Parts: sequence; C-alpha cells; structure tokens
Amino acid sequence: MSLKNFKEALIEKIIFLSGIASIILVILIFIFLAKEGLSLFKSVHLGDFLLGRRWHPISEPPQFGVLPLILGSLFVTLGAAVISVPMGIASAIYIAEVAPPRMKEILKSGIELLAAIPSVVLGFIGMTTLVPFVKHHLNLPTGLTAFSGSVMLAFMAMPTIVSIAEDALTAVPQKYKEAALALGATRWQAIHRVILRAASSGIVAAVMLGIGRVVGETMAVMMITGNAVRMPTSLFQPVRTLTATIAAEMGETVRGSAHYHALFAIGIVLFVITFVINLIADWAVHRKLK
Amino acid sequence: MKGIIETQDLNLFYGEFQALKNINLAVRRKTITAFIGPSGCGKSTLLRSFNRMNDLIEGVRMTGRVLIDGNDIQNSHTDLVTLRKKVGMVFQRPNPFPLSIAENILFGPQIHRTAKKDEYEQIVEESLKSVLLWDTLKDKLDRNALNLSLEQQQRLCIARLLPVKPEVLLMDEPCSALDPVATERIEDLMRVLKENYTIVIVTHNMQQAARVSDDTGFMLLGELIEFHRTEMIFTNPVDQRTSDYITGRFG
Ligand SMILES: Nc1ncnc2c1ncn2[C@@H]1O[C@H](COP(=O)(O)OP(=O)(O)O)[C@@H](O)[C@H]1O
Ligand SMILES: [Mg+2]
Repeated sequence: MSLKNFKEALIEKIIFLSGIASIILVILIFIFLAKEGLSLFKSVHLGDFLLGRRWHPISEPPQFGVLPLILGSLFVTLGAAVISVPMGIASAIYIAEVAPPRMKEILKSGIELLAAIPSVVLGFIGMTTLVPFVKHHLNLPTGLTAFSGSVMLAFMAMPTIVSIAEDALTAVPQKYKEAALALGATRWQAIHRVILRAASSGIVAAVMLGIGRVVGETMAVMMITGNAVRMPTSLFQPVRTLTATIAAEMGETVRGSAHYHALFAIGIVLFVITFVINLIADWAVHRKLK
Repeated sequence: MKGIIETQDLNLFYGEFQALKNINLAVRRKTITAFIGPSGCGKSTLLRSFNRMNDLIEGVRMTGRVLIDGNDIQNSHTDLVTLRKKVGMVFQRPNPFPLSIAENILFGPQIHRTAKKDEYEQIVEESLKSVLLWDTLKDKLDRNALNLSLEQQQRLCIARLLPVKPEVLLMDEPCSALDPVATERIEDLMRVLKENYTIVIVTHNMQQAARVSDDTGFMLLGELIEFHRTEMIFTNPVDQRTSDYITGRFG
C-alpha cells in the first residue's frame, strides 16, 4: 500500500471513530441517566413523583413531587414564548423582506451579538435592572418572578428564532413573491399569504428550537425567578424550574440517596420534554403538503 | 383610441444601460400580439413595463408613456393593484404558489375580496374549466400545486389570473419550460382565451409567433424594428433586419 493510500485509510478510520464515539457517548449518557434516575421509582411511585405537589427532598419523610417544578418551567417557558415568538417572527420578516440592505446587515449583526452574550451575564444584567424594575412598576413584594424570568429568557430565545426564521424566509424563492405582486397583491399580502406559508415549516422549527433553548436554560433562570418551590398560580410570583432545581441541589445530595436519584429523574423529565420539542421541530421541517 | 395598450416614445434604462429605445406601438383588443427577437433584445423588459413589474428592479428609469385603456400608467397616481388586476402576467417558469390547487386559484379573489366564500367552489371550477384542467384535477383540488406537471402548473398559473378578471394577459415565454406537445396545447388554449382577453406573448420561438399571433413585433437591441400583422412580418417584412431574422440568418 502506498503512503498516500495509507493516509487516506487512516483519515477515513479517524472520521469513522469520531462519528461512532459521539453516538456511544450519547448512549452512555442516556444509560447513566436512566439508571440513576429510574432507581428512584423503587421507593417512590411514578404518579407521586410526576403529580406530587410537594418537593421537600430533605424533610423527614422526604417528598419528591415535581409538579410545582414542571409548572415552574412551564410558566417561565410559556411566558418567554409569548414574548419571543411574535417578536422573533416579526423581526425575521422585517429583516428578510422589508429592511433595506444596510439595515439588514446591522440587524443581523445585532442578533448575532445578542446570541453571543453568555447567559450568566444576561442573568446578571436582569438581576440588577429588570428585577428591580418589575418589583417597582408592578408593585410586587419581589421582582424575582416567573415573569422576569420569561422576559430574560425571551432575550435568549430571540436570536435563535430570528436567525432560523429569517433563513427560512430568505430561502423562499423570489418567484412566489413576483407571482403574488403580479396578481395585484400588496407587499404585506404577498408576505403573509405566500411567503410565510411557504416558510412555515422552517418557522415552526425556529420556534421549537428557541423554546428548546428556553427549557434547558439554567443559570439565568436560577438568578432571576426567585426559586420558591410552590405551586405557581400566577406569572408574578417566584417559581422554581426543573433545571434550577438540579443545579441548586446537586451539590448537597449524598450520592446514591433518594434525593440524588430524584434529581436524575428530573433530568429524565427534562430530557423527555426537550426530546418532544425536537420531535415537533423535526416533524415540522419534514412535513409537506401532499 | 387605437389599442388597449399603447406606448409613446418609451425608453427604459437599467442604470446606464438603455434596454428599450423609443418604442411606439399599439396592441389591438382581443388579439394575440407576439414579440420576437434574439435573447437580450428587451422583450421581457417591454412586457414588464405594461404592468410595471420593472418597478421591483432597483435602478430602473423610464421616459415616455405607457397607456392602458388610454390611462398613463407611469404617473404616480396609478394604483398598482388596479393595474395588475387588469393586466395579468404569466411567467417563463411556471410559478404556482406552494399551496393547494384551490388556494392558488382563490388567491386573487381573496386578496381583492371580489368574491364571497360560497362562490369559491364555483370560481375554482370555472377557472380550471377555462384552462381545460377541471376534468383531470377536480378530485385533487387540495393537492399541492407543485406536484403537477410543468404544463399543468403553467395552465394553473393562467387559471389563477382569470378570477381577477383581467383584460390583458401578458405571457413571457410561457412555453419555454414545456415539451412540444404541451406547447401546442398551451397555444390552443391561447386561441380559446383570445375570445375574451387581449394576449401579449413574448417568445424567442418564431414558429410559435407565426402560429398563434395576429400581430408581431420584431425587436433588436432594445429597438422595435417592425410591428405589423403577423402574416406580413413573416411573408413580406419591410425591414431587412426582420427578414434576416425570420429567415434564420442571425439570432
Ligand atoms: N435587472 C436588470 N438589470 C440590468 N440589466 C438588465 C436587467 N434585466 C435585463 N437587463 C438587460 O436588459 C436587456 C434586455 O433584457 P430582457 O428584457 O430580459 O431581454 P429578452 O427578454 O429579450 O431576452 C439585456 O441586455 C439584459 O442584460
Ligand atoms: Mg426574456
């Protein structure tokens, strides 16, 4: 075998091994997560875990109800979605279809910059500006609320939503727009009746990936949402999310204890949620009109 | 008034480049008018000046007048929506919307609010019948229009214009993406549509112009060299350049 062929074969092997390694790693992580998390259900009922309204992991006897945490995550996520989805899609439309070329460049760089801010920095800024603002202007006992978290997370979801939705809109062939305008459509009619619909699968994917980012976010949420474990009833209360719970409590658990397994079980819940969101995104991308 | 479309000393520039030079013509109502000429001579540009689609291109400048039904459409009061309802356009590559067949046809009536919901079914049926697609597609109205054959797509693009009730149909090389059989069938369709519409077609296919049109204009490098009855252009052209072109000596 010549040296060249040998090199080719070697490179091929290395690429193959890297590909396999990532799959094996995922499988190992998954097995670990399942093993540590599912152990909880030797001592706790699945129903009590998912629907239990009390999370008191260190009282005697401990209670491992994650419903308040699931609802905490849900409130914060929905709040963030309500803010970031319409704004994100509107910005994407503006950038892709309306903005003059220079404005477009400026906005796109702005969005990239926003994406580049580490979440802990955003959390810190939120803590020092948004939290007092919310407390003061909404006249609340504390600004550390689900609402503040939603606003903060909306900022994190925006770059993802805007950039992916903008790509989807830009990818719609110009000829559809021409056809619409030639039929006497106004620019807005062309956008919302043809371009948005042609790009709809990309836009759904953008939204789902944005939401996925929000669900998984930990640091900023922990800094801003107040972390009170209780059944949330309004957006303007402190809440605790699934992610924040794991991050806050992992350090103080005894390895192998029920609490330790419960945190892994929360990990599984998060995994399932994210998985479903990705599944929807995937379905949206591949969905086609017959 | 001589024609439904008239141009008077029409000049058009893309930046510094002059694409149309002093065009004067009149298109007769309910006839088929063809513009022929080598590629790049300005046929599409001329066609797009009839419904102001050139407005979409940056850096376009025009002088002279384009009259539709005697109204100067160049002036700034012209309502583009009204103009484009009256002057519909079929493009070179079929461009149905990536929506269902029915939605394609209903696009016009919906944006212009010219029909009520209970009339939709009938509109779809009539439009598809006009382009002879009804029998093949009547059970597939909710299918994606992009799955049709190219010929069917082009027919659908014509059908899509009809409920808007245009008077003029502009067609820019409507058959260039089609095979000869499909081309012939679209030409038959044009002869049928001529009963009710004024058709202006651009083609680089001389035989097509000879087959379907009543009047023919020959263009070269942005100039309208000759504009006459089709038989005259093809049997007894006035200008030497026309005769060179139709006998295939260049282009
Ligand atoms: N958007 C444009 N910008 C600059 N030049 C153009 C543009 N469109 C067409 N042209 C030029 O104008 C001339 C006429 O083009 P066109 O009307 O498309 O010709 P035809 O349809 O006869 O092939 C060509 O030389 C072409 O290069
Ligand atoms: Mg052309």
